[in-house]
Amino acid sequence: MTGKKDRVKVQSRAWGGILAVLLLVAVALAVAACGEESTTTTAASGVTSSTVAAPSGEPVVIGAIVSATGANSALGEQERNVLVMMEQVINEKGGVLGRPLKIVVEDDKTDPKEAVTAANRLIDQQKVVALIAATGSASTLAVKEITAQKGLPQIAMAAANDITDKPPMDWIWRTPHKDALAVSRALDYVVNVLKVKKIAVLHDENAFGSSGNAEIAKQAPTLGLEVVAAESYKTADTDLTAQLTKIRGKDPEVLIVWGTNPGPALAAKNMKQLGMNIPYVGSHGIANKKFIELAGEAAEGVVFPAGRLLVPSSITEPAQKAVTDEFIALYQAKYGASPNTFAGYAFEAVIILVDAISRAGSTEASAIQAALNSTTNLPGPDGYYNYSPTDHDGLKAEDMIMVKIQGGTWVLAE
Amino acid sequence: MTFDQFLQYIFSGITSGSVYALTAIGFTLIFSATHIINFSQGQMVMLGGLGAVALHRAGLPLWACFLGAVAAVTLLSTGLERAAIRPLLRKGVLAQIIATVGAAFVLETAAMVAWGREALSLPAFSGETPLVVGKATIIPQTLWVLGLTIVIVVVLQVFYRRSLFGTAIRACAVNPTAARLQGISYQKVVLFSFALSGAVSAAAGVMITPISFMSYSSGALLGLKGFAAATLGGLGNPLGAVAGGYILGIVEALGIGVVSAGYKDAIAFVILLLVLFLRPAGLLGARVVNRH
Repeated sequence: MTGKKDRVKVQSRAWGGILAVLLLVAVALAVAACGEESTTTTAASGVTSSTVAAPSGEPVVIGAIVSATGANSALGEQERNVLVMMEQVINEKGGVLGRPLKIVVEDDKTDPKEAVTAANRLIDQQKVVALIAATGSASTLAVKEITAQKGLPQIAMAAANDITDKPPMDWIWRTPHKDALAVSRALDYVVNVLKVKKIAVLHDENAFGSSGNAEIAKQAPTLGLEVVAAESYKTADTDLTAQLTKIRGKDPEVLIVWGTNPGPALAAKNMKQLGMNIPYVGSHGIANKKFIELAGEAAEGVVFPAGRLLVPSSITEPAQKAVTDEFIALYQAKYGASPNTFAGYAFEAVIILVDAISRAGSTEASAIQAALNSTTNLPGPDGYYNYSPTDHDGLKAEDMIMVKIQGGTWVLAE
Repeated sequence: MTFDQFLQYIFSGITSGSVYALTAIGFTLIFSATHIINFSQGQMVMLGGLGAVALHRAGLPLWACFLGAVAAVTLLSTGLERAAIRPLLRKGVLAQIIATVGAAFVLETAAMVAWGREALSLPAFSGETPLVVGKATIIPQTLWVLGLTIVIVVVLQVFYRRSLFGTAIRACAVNPTAARLQGISYQKVVLFSFALSGAVSAAAGVMITPISFMSYSSGALLGLKGFAAATLGGLGNPLGAVAGGYILGIVEALGIGVVSAGYKDAIAFVILLLVLFLRPAGLLGARVVNRH
């Protein structure tokens, strides 16, 4: 039997153990944080030294927040590459307003809280004239609150509808097609190419999937489409045959799957297992090699909307082709790989912002705002940008292409 | 709901149920010997799957990937016992459980660093051509998982009931002090339980990766579902764990069919609560909970 005194002792020992574990975790975290901290400091000091080396006046400082690490790192890494590259490219071309351009890049680690801290640091300490932020929608929306309040132009590289649909939107513009445009493009394909009426939706329960589902439900009736089934899944679900069985019971003519990896790949495999051979139309969330790798043979024939950079041969407009070819050549020369869609968004963000500052002839926030709002027919890999005081999206649904997976690679579906 | 649909829901339930059942067995193996709930169980499953992916990328045949991943995770699990559980032996079970929670975070982060954030896959053991039963289909990989589950359960039952060491483990579970007085090494039993649990979890991980992919974060959900399955069936009983796993999987699948996928977790949770209200020790749990 354990005496009361002993029990107290045992308990205190137990707490000692817990404390030891907590301490270990704390130390690990601190070490990790220190590592991160030191890298950002070196990056910042590196930038400062280049300032000293540039004699042509005060630099024009633009802040950028990307997710170079964390869940969105596959997107943010190339964005960071482009931002670093473009600072050099613009300066070789004479800078902005005759002054050198300086782009200070911060990593939000795919965490909106980090994005907010980074935004405040960039605005208060670096005195940036505008922000390019951010990679993911959550971080973008978090930073939007700050730029709206301080009246600072922000160019977003994320696709959630709310970024430009929900006020305040006076200080935010974006380069990707917003999710609603991807839905329009996909439904347009269903109506005009597949020529069917009864659609079923399978979507992720996360923000991307559910907003896509809501948008489909909103747009389908206006196009004469009937949503006969709408089922959802959790990002980590291990099997989707139950959802698909239910969908099959409603007899749809096409299945639209709205989500990001790995769910849509699982859906493709499970459809094949069930012998469902209705067309599979995906979202722009599967515009990556990972989907093909995960779904394997089941990926064949899957169609989805995407930016034109995914199939560069789809860009035929001369001005758009010229700017895209130059971008791809620059990126390949510097990084030895082809830029992905997200690299394109960052590229467009820089050229749009530099164009606006040049036309504004000043780094005054309100002047840049007015110049951004009057951006007309500015070509980028994704299309021609036309902003106005009420349209901060710039692109149209037609700027997207429908891509089909064939022989393990991407081809134009139309 | 037509009969074909019903059959397909059952098959779907068996597919996810097998995953839950195998994870639940891992929980049970450690709990029955030590009363520790190992919250890094899901991460062991995840590491089994990702370990096999790494070996497969290195060019090894699937069977070698399977054995290699099982061996590696078994070692890791014994390492965990040595590094985090044994030093806390005298601090009580609570401290040890908290150590397993910490281990879960460490393993998950390590896996993220080693394998990245994207989901990874393995080829199926015997092709992906589905087998057709009536109008419902099932993939061969599910039968592999089902087969593995049966083999593990039978072997465990024989081992625990017939072998001397198995009996010793059961003795430790009932009363560690009395067991020690009989000359049973409690520490050996604990170490062995962790090793066995690691092996079973890793085997499960390798088996399910071709079905549902695996990423560094898959362990959390697997652990949660496995724990629910183990509780449902009665913690400490491998047969109960298997029953709990399949019941959970099938209830979820039928929940999707009858109500909606959005509610499937809620339905499963309500059933778990009901069972625990009516039979606090779980469906196949011991009627008397041994406390010492």
